[in-house]
Amino acid sequence: MTDSLYAAFELIASGNASLASIVGRSLAVSALAVLIGGFIGVWLGAWLGVARYAGRPVVIAVLNSFLAVPSVVVGLVVYLLLSRSGPLGFLGWLFSFPAMVVAQTLLVLPVVTALTRQLVESAESTHGEQWRSLGAGTMWRSVILAFDERHALFMVFVTAFSRAITEVGAVMIVGGNIDGFTRVMTTAIALETSKGDLPLALALGLVLLAVMFALNGLAALVQYAKSRADSYAPQGRSA
Amino acid sequence: MSHMPLIQLDQTSVQFGALTALEACSISINKGERVVLLGANGSGKSTLLRLLHGQQKQTTGTRESDNRARQVMVFQQPHMLRLSALWNVALALWFSGQSWRTAKADAGQALSSMGFAGMVARNARAMSVGQRQRLALVRAWSLKPDVLFLDEPTASLDPAARREVEILIEQFAAAGTTLVFSSHNLGQAKRLATRVIYLEQGKLVVDLPVKDFFNKELPNEAALFLQGERV
Repeated sequence: MTDSLYAAFELIASGNASLASIVGRSLAVSALAVLIGGFIGVWLGAWLGVARYAGRPVVIAVLNSFLAVPSVVVGLVVYLLLSRSGPLGFLGWLFSFPAMVVAQTLLVLPVVTALTRQLVESAESTHGEQWRSLGAGTMWRSVILAFDERHALFMVFVTAFSRAITEVGAVMIVGGNIDGFTRVMTTAIALETSKGDLPLALALGLVLLAVMFALNGLAALVQYAKSRADSYAPQGRSA
Repeated sequence: MSHMPLIQLDQTSVQFGALTALEACSISINKGERVVLLGANGSGKSTLLRLLHGQQKQTTGTRESDNRARQVMVFQQPHMLRLSALWNVALALWFSGQSWRTAKADAGQALSSMGFAGMVARNARAMSVGQRQRLALVRAWSLKPDVLFLDEPTASLDPAARREVEILIEQFAAAGTTLVFSSHNLGQAKRLATRVIYLEQGKLVVDLPVKDFFNKELPNEAALFLQGERV
């Protein structure tokens, strides 16, 4: 165990090419998925938080249920869509980088949408009336209230990224864990552990943990910057 | 000049589930009036204010308003976006239909003329409660409203900030803006209003010119409120 840990640190310190390629691919897939899913999810969630329409509670209940969908189920659905006989089979994306991005996008979309909806709905219940009084319609209220919650939305993005980069089921199914092409940190850890190659698995695990620590540190920094910017700095009453 | 009221309620009630927030209320708001809504906590002042503004739907009765009259409301705790004071005012002007360029220019002008010249670029969220309340008033006033609704505009302000807010309100009223505001402060009602509407448990008890309210005999509930027995 100690030897494996020592070897893992050596792999990281030496900048092992195989390790770097897996880490880079993992980060790229998850970042792209969070960007796409985040863009759609923030718009959708903000609109859901402000708009009032028939059947709204049902839509929200369904959305919240999607939060708990297992990643293997998402992987299976994307596999069926992208398989040669599936409706998107013509794209030829199965077992490729784009397939993993699609799967992770579908995985993070409900997370971003549901959390944004909660944030914006809370802001709307407190401040929506004021902006309605000033003439802001549903769409603009969702935009300005989401924008006003941008620091909290950063945390939503961190949560979504965590969900994406730590999942293994979906990328394994649609990516196929092909060495040099679709192997990412989680699938590599699973494979190397089963093979008994603990140093690489441990090294990847350590990198994964470091990424999560760094992201949460950044989120804390964003919150700190927000509270500093919001804190009242006395200046002349009539300026 | 039209003598049609700007806003008219006829036997209007508002119900929240089993609770009657406002009961069979009939009032008219005329151009140039300064109406204060007085009453204890939970008497229905805010509900009446929101109903007059059209933000609250009535359960029964009717509400009619002059569609040409522009109405804006300033809330007890005004919401400012995490943006500069200029952008907070400019956004409201932009929502009213101005181009972004004109909105920014007009916002800058409104802020400068109301004593915010040095704070135009400052984060509005980082301002003091009093500054934010004044900024909210400037934002509302920049829209050139015919009717300005104010929900307890000086609640939770210190005396100096309260006075500054009142000076702004007086300026708006002097410019011909019709004012409808709720307050707990009898001194403020005397200083700013021309008409008093007193509410008790959702019922309109008194509707009198301000000097009559403070000098004439009132129904028991309103008299007790004046004596400080109802809060």
